[in-house]
Amino acid sequence: MPMILAAFASGLLFGLGLIVSQMVDPAKVLAFLDIFGNWDPSLAFVMGGAVVVSSLGYGVAKRRGVPVLAPCLEIPSRRDIDPRLVAGAALFGIGWGLVGFCPGPALTALTFGPWQVPVFVAAMIAGMALFRIAPAKVQVSLRRTAPDLDG
Amino acid sequence: MEHFTPVSALVGGLMIGASAALLLLLTGRIAGISGILGGLVPPTRNEAAWRLAFLVGMLIAPLAYAALGGALPSISIDASLPVLIVAGLLVGYGTRLGAGCTSGHGVCGIGRLSPRSIAATLVFMATAIVTVFVTRHVIGM
Repeated sequence: MPMILAAFASGLLFGLGLIVSQMVDPAKVLAFLDIFGNWDPSLAFVMGGAVVVSSLGYGVAKRRGVPVLAPCLEIPSRRDIDPRLVAGAALFGIGWGLVGFCPGPALTALTFGPWQVPVFVAAMIAGMALFRIAPAKVQVSLRRTAPDLDG
Repeated sequence: MEHFTPVSALVGGLMIGASAALLLLLTGRIAGISGILGGLVPPTRNEAAWRLAFLVGMLIAPLAYAALGGALPSISIDASLPVLIVAGLLVGYGTRLGAGCTSGHGVCGIGRLSPRSIAATLVFMATAIVTVFVTRHVIGM
């Protein structure tokens, strides 16, 4: 139960951060990505602030060695840059650039956004499901070790 | 740059970073949204509960923000239905194939200087910028 509450509180804080920073608005995100247009650098400030605090948290977590509510830290150990990583990131970036939604803001916008938000989220979940079922062959041939999540 | 909002961006960013730090320090898990959601498609036995709780927190955030008197930002989406579907599929599939998104690679991964996450972030930033350039300035979508 404490683990569930901790995850809930983190999710709540994450969503609030996306709202305060206005990253829930795809137009705001696209304005950042549009570096050749009327550029809005706000997203860089969001990322900068988030990376600094997450980095501090990582430092403390590593020094402690174990988390407060779980037996061990589950941090990805892989360091190799493989074709799957690059291809996946490239595809994600195209989708991100088309609408301006990445997974976090899309989910946070679900409860108050227009009809386009649930459509995008449904397609995103379908894409995740497709990854689980469709390209089994590709996955087996490229995957030598167990798939670990970076995020 | 008339829409530039550095203060609220920084404050929101600090909150997102604090969320990632909190999740890692308390539960040992990485606050990567695509991993948390993707891990529920389909759900795995032991990890489903905390993932679901995190997502419920995210979904409730706008309601909590409004209840506390905050004005929710407006959400404007110009994309057509086919574009929304293609983009959603690409984001869902791509984040699973690439094992992370803006939060898992961008915020958490860069925060621990992971070479994989730095590479992934550079790649998705680059393809996103090119996509926006093409759609806005080349074909004028």
